[in-house]
Amino acid sequence: MPRYAALIYEQGDPDWSVLDTPEKESTMADYGAFGAAAAAVMRGGAALYPTTTGTVVQVPGGKGGEVVVTDGPFAETKEVLTGFYQLECADLDEAVAWAARIPAAWTGKVEIRPIIDFGAPDS
Amino acid sequence: MLPTPEGCTFEASREALVRLVRDEGARVLATLVRTTGSLELAEDAVQDAVLKALEIWPGSGIPAQPRAWLTVAARNRAIDLLRREARRPGKEHAAEIFALHSDAALPGPDVVADDLLRLVFTCCHPSLPLETQTALALRTLCGLSTAEVGRALLVPEATMAKRLTRARRKIAVAAIPYRAPAATELPRRLRGVLATIYLLFNEGYNASAGEDLIRSQLTAEALRLSRLLLELLPGEASVIGLLALLLLQSSRHAARLGDDGEVVLLADQDRRRWDRKAIAEGMTLLGVALRRAPTEPDLYATQAAIAACHALAATWEATNWDAVVSWYDVLLTINDTPVVRLNRAVAISELRGPRAGLAALAEIGELPGYPSLPAVRAELLYRLRRWDDAATSFRAALAMPANNAQRRHLHERLARCEHSAKT
Repeated sequence: MPRYAALIYEQGDPDWSVLDTPEKESTMADYGAFGAAAAAVMRGGAALYPTTTGTVVQVPGGKGGEVVVTDGPFAETKEVLTGFYQLECADLDEAVAWAARIPAAWTGKVEIRPIIDFGAPDS
Repeated sequence: MLPTPEGCTFEASREALVRLVRDEGARVLATLVRTTGSLELAEDAVQDAVLKALEIWPGSGIPAQPRAWLTVAARNRAIDLLRREARRPGKEHAAEIFALHSDAALPGPDVVADDLLRLVFTCCHPSLPLETQTALALRTLCGLSTAEVGRALLVPEATMAKRLTRARRKIAVAAIPYRAPAATELPRRLRGVLATIYLLFNEGYNASAGEDLIRSQLTAEALRLSRLLLELLPGEASVIGLLALLLLQSSRHAARLGDDGEVVLLADQDRRRWDRKAIAEGMTLLGVALRRAPTEPDLYATQAAIAACHALAATWEATNWDAVVSWYDVLLTINDTPVVRLNRAVAISELRGPRAGLAALAEIGELPGYPSLPAVRAELLYRLRRWDDAATSFRAALAMPANNAQRRHLHERLARCEHSAKT
């Protein structure tokens, strides 16, 4: 049975780590309802911090080449997200080192985004 | 005026006091980031300690160990802030508070140097936008306030505050490490740090002259940062090269402004007003940088070598243009850009005449919005007495933004072309 990554695109680069408006809270509740409804097919997923916390890793020279790290992504880029790995690393540099080994970095880009930790339930 | 333990007076040395507090504040900050693990918390705590020092010291005199005073004040403030946080539900900072209490000993100079180097690499992490890197460096390493950073980088204070907040947040949530990179990574990461410092320097150097003191103060901050970096990484050829370049460029500072407050072009500067001390230091460092990396030309050392050719010449005409062209050839192998090629073309025209200069110019493509290209072409045509062609190029140059000194020069030349074309 195939698995699917549902990549959620929204306008305005919202920060879901802060539920500072009634609209966000209500949307969050909708996500909760969706999660409950889709429990049987749900295998995992994550909310990402805004793009301003993102990092772009490229290896323009191809496999084993020099690793180029920049901020971003930028709003004007038309590249679309095509995959999603969850990496648990000590810090950004370690995550960058792993990202540089993902084949997409050799021909395209891998964006690293921190995952929001909403805290363990009931704590 | 109040005497201090050091025997100086505050009225006369308010600026020195601010400088001292900022310098020591940066060092205290660097250590506090390590012990608290939070740039935001450490900045708040150090800011508080710095303000306290600026308020108390003019009355009480500078303490014998200013850094120790600031460290204790900042640490206490950090503990206060953490306690306040801890009272909120779901927040537990007992471990940090304990660490701050138990780390009562003041860090030695080696530890402080290591902490500062970590802070340099955190602020200049390539994952942060370049303009944010420069802002963070000014805020954390130079101790400027958010308002001053904003003024220095021509950004409204509120925008700058937002940008800095976003940067601190990124450092925290993306876990940008507080660490000097490993030896294998160092050259590449160091290039980024040097680029940030050089950008700061250029921001100040090219600022509209003398209008805003904070802007021209940027060159001094960039010099201080490169000195600090050299202190932290004494053997790095590129760091030595950058400091040499900044010293040689800034040596012209006093001569770059005419009595009317306008920028004076290099060819027209009163070279007696150049800072001989800065030139001497720059030359010495340049020698070291070139000897350290004799086979691998360094971007900054090479540019410093070009600046040195100018620094050593008694007049524009007496410049060793042969050497200048050779250094530009070297520079092209590292950094082949239209601007470098344009400057090389100027040197070639001084060495071999306007016709050779025009040929070199022809190799450059278009440089949209860069008035120097048509201005140089116009000047060479003028020297060849091709009045109509020269006038066309002068008009093209005048259609682009340029500072007043350049505009006046271009207008004068254009008038002479038009006059000569008629006669």
